[in-house]
Amino acid sequence: MGLPPSPKVAPSFYRTYVGVLMKRFILFYAFLPFLLLVSPLISQAETTDDIEVYVEVLKSKSTKQKTEAIQNIAKTGHVRAGLILEAFLGGKLYSLKENGAIVIINDAASDIEISNAISGEDLGVATKKQIKKLRINNKLRGVVKASLAELQLSHPDKEKRMAAALSKFKSAGSSDIPLLENAIASEENKSIKKILIEAKAAAELSSNDSAIQLAAIKIIEKRGDSQALNLLTQLSQSAENEQVKNEAKQAVGRVESSLALWDISQTLFYGLSLGSVLLLAAIGLAITFGVMGVINMAHGEMIMIGAYTTFIVQEVIRNSMPELFDASLFIALPLAFLITGLIGIGIERGIIRFLYGRPLETLLATWGVSLFLQQAVRSIFGPSNREVGNPSWMSGSFELGQMAITYNRLWIIIFSLGVLFMLMLAMKYTSFGLRMRAVTQNRKMAGSMGIKTGWVDALTFGLGSGIAGIAGVTLSQIDNVSPNLGQSYIIDSFMVVVFGGVGNLWGTLVGAMSLGVFNKFLEPAVGAVLAKILVLVLIILFIQKRPRGLFALKGRAVE
Amino acid sequence: MLSRYLLKKLDISAMWFLAVLAAIALLVPALNLLVPETSAFHLSTYWVVLLGKYACYALLALSVDLVWGYAGILSLGHGAFFALGGYVMGMYLMRQIGSRGVYGDPILPDFMVFLNWPELPWFWLGSDVFAFTLIMILFVPGLLAFAFGWFAFRSRVTGVYLSIITQALTYALMLAFFRNNMGFGGNNGLTDFKDILGFSLQDDGTRAALFSISIVMLMLGFIICRAIITSQFGKALIAVRDAESRVRFLGYKAESYKLFVWTVSAMMAGVAGALYVPQVGIINPSEFAPANSIETVIWVAVGGRGTLIGAVIGAVSVNFAKTWFTAALPELWLFALGTLFIVVTIFMPKGILGLFAGHKIKPFNLSIFGKKSVDAEDGGVGDNNAKSS
Repeated sequence: MGLPPSPKVAPSFYRTYVGVLMKRFILFYAFLPFLLLVSPLISQAETTDDIEVYVEVLKSKSTKQKTEAIQNIAKTGHVRAGLILEAFLGGKLYSLKENGAIVIINDAASDIEISNAISGEDLGVATKKQIKKLRINNKLRGVVKASLAELQLSHPDKEKRMAAALSKFKSAGSSDIPLLENAIASEENKSIKKILIEAKAAAELSSNDSAIQLAAIKIIEKRGDSQALNLLTQLSQSAENEQVKNEAKQAVGRVESSLALWDISQTLFYGLSLGSVLLLAAIGLAITFGVMGVINMAHGEMIMIGAYTTFIVQEVIRNSMPELFDASLFIALPLAFLITGLIGIGIERGIIRFLYGRPLETLLATWGVSLFLQQAVRSIFGPSNREVGNPSWMSGSFELGQMAITYNRLWIIIFSLGVLFMLMLAMKYTSFGLRMRAVTQNRKMAGSMGIKTGWVDALTFGLGSGIAGIAGVTLSQIDNVSPNLGQSYIIDSFMVVVFGGVGNLWGTLVGAMSLGVFNKFLEPAVGAVLAKILVLVLIILFIQKRPRGLFALKGRAVE
Repeated sequence: MLSRYLLKKLDISAMWFLAVLAAIALLVPALNLLVPETSAFHLSTYWVVLLGKYACYALLALSVDLVWGYAGILSLGHGAFFALGGYVMGMYLMRQIGSRGVYGDPILPDFMVFLNWPELPWFWLGSDVFAFTLIMILFVPGLLAFAFGWFAFRSRVTGVYLSIITQALTYALMLAFFRNNMGFGGNNGLTDFKDILGFSLQDDGTRAALFSISIVMLMLGFIICRAIITSQFGKALIAVRDAESRVRFLGYKAESYKLFVWTVSAMMAGVAGALYVPQVGIINPSEFAPANSIETVIWVAVGGRGTLIGAVIGAVSVNFAKTWFTAALPELWLFALGTLFIVVTIFMPKGILGLFAGHKIKPFNLSIFGKKSVDAEDGGVGDNNAKSS
């Protein structure tokens, strides 16, 4: 700060302190290096003096003088300028009879609390007789409002400027054009500047000059969202000039088609997001079904346990080390994998291995396990939803063109694909993966070659359950964590496995993504529930055509 | 002629079973209606309704046993046929309310008035005629089962796949019936029934009669099942269950056998549902819940799969346990049910009847990671992951 910066850098630094005042100091540019060193002091002192003078004028009876004063108050860019004008607008600006000081009153209570208008200093309580209201009329109200808008457009806070610019875009009239031009000239933030330019263009749409209108249409068309579409549609109906009317009509067409495209990509994103959720839920199921030919009905409960693990981890973090909260998911992931993996191995060793060759009985027994686990969780944690928070890097969203992309959905897509490819690599390059594939292809032959199929089964089941646990951690970010969490995913994940084909992870990927996308594209046409029903019916029909799924295996292992 | 036919079809245990059922059908109403309330032998109406419910469940279990025990089709969606039969009956009962509903509309049921529907949708036409309702109770579940089975069995969807798509079927129906636009009362379903054929449903006599009818239908269902499985058709069916490919190679049309019993079974489930609704007084979409259908399967497993009598015993005993548990120890019921699933599948593959018949429990290897014998079916499901990944 103490270094004399080059003039190029200076304005932005300077403006954060004094805002619009900048213009009034343009003469001082030559002395900038010197000025910068002491600028905070000077500007504070100067503006306070100025504003006192202008506020004083508000006492006068002349509307003309008051108008000038109001505009000047706004121009000072003083920290309390907005406050003072708002108070004036709301009839809360008074002067003290004894010394003429201007005060803002707060008459919420029966005692009238007053504070100095300029310094904000609390002056205690006053009675009605001690103060005199500064009069305002309708004309002045208009001036105050305009000045306030200008103030907001030059507010040092970026967010506030952005909000002001957006509201201007929605309600810009031709009277705002000079104001907007000023704001555009002094604005340095690119995205705010863009909105200001668009706001100006929106105001210029109703101009009398067709050349200006045409230019404005171009700018609005570039914006390309539904608001722009509204403006252009209005213009295409109301414009008097034929050329403008035509141009507006064409612009409407172009905006509409680009909006439709964005709409499709937004739906596609939702579809992929749903698909990746299905993928996460179904991968574990696909592995166990593929390798062992058994359906694990307790798979959904593994997901639920994974979600509850996240809940516990977050509780511990909240109570003991809240600064680690953002890392909670990274702690929960391995933990959930371990816990559910061990439960899975326990189920395989304790129940499933006694039921080999009887897949239907396995289905029933694992259903029993699922009931048991559900009730256990319900008894321990209660039947109601538990709150699992989003870490900061997973909350919020950003805009991509006309699409809104939420961070948690995006991360889930990335994460689920990551899990899938890790798993594929493990299947291909690890010795356990090799054994797993061998058992999948031909159990007896693999056994004869010395592979301990029992071990492979147990570990496969553990792996499948562990991945379900990981899925649970992820799903806790977008769904309610309750004992019924697993139930809501189990049928969908079955559908993915059955649709994609068994024992083939590519099939699971394609199955999950196509079901997700298909579902989301159906939804706007027929509604969410009916879309789901239709998807189920279509899968039932699809299974008739290809009983072994999309990626069916061929050869003698089938029958 | 008929009695000779029946004698041929029924063995001695089946005769005993029917006799016991007939006795119950007479005894329960008698104890409820004829014995004065002060007597120790009086059976309260609560029990009559409860036993009537059990009888409907038993008929449902019987229908599941017919397809699972004798055709090897594990249906996780029989609740759908049960609920459809129930809805058909519910529609009739709804129409019988007439102008006694909250809105007092002589034709439209309350929920339609509430939704501002101007007139009855086409699928409600005729629902006020009892004879038509009786036909539809058989026809609706039968048609759905026929259509579903026609596709599924012809394309040889079997085993776990079939189980899963039956589950998807009932799940889809549940979602559909939850919608208000479906025209079946949405979430709330059909309820507030007043009377059936002019008899008040709150009346003890009507309830006793419904109970007896349920038992009679159970007997009839049992006889039909026996008739099917003891016939030549039944022998072929059991062969399909045990070795479908071989039967097919011998020139039998395996899918036709399956389709027939599947449809008959669905109709039986529909009748069970239709008898269930007037007794409990409500039908709503939660009857379609997949969990209900799976629970039905465990009744059969508990009693003994492929024994028919076992299905009835299983349905009654599990439901009795459920009634007791949910009243006394509601928290423990799901633990008990879960354990039951596991214990029955591992230790009692033949169910309760299997225990009496002196079947030995298959010894198994207790070492945790020991070798195990591999069944012939074992290599059946598998995939060539190496080729694809």
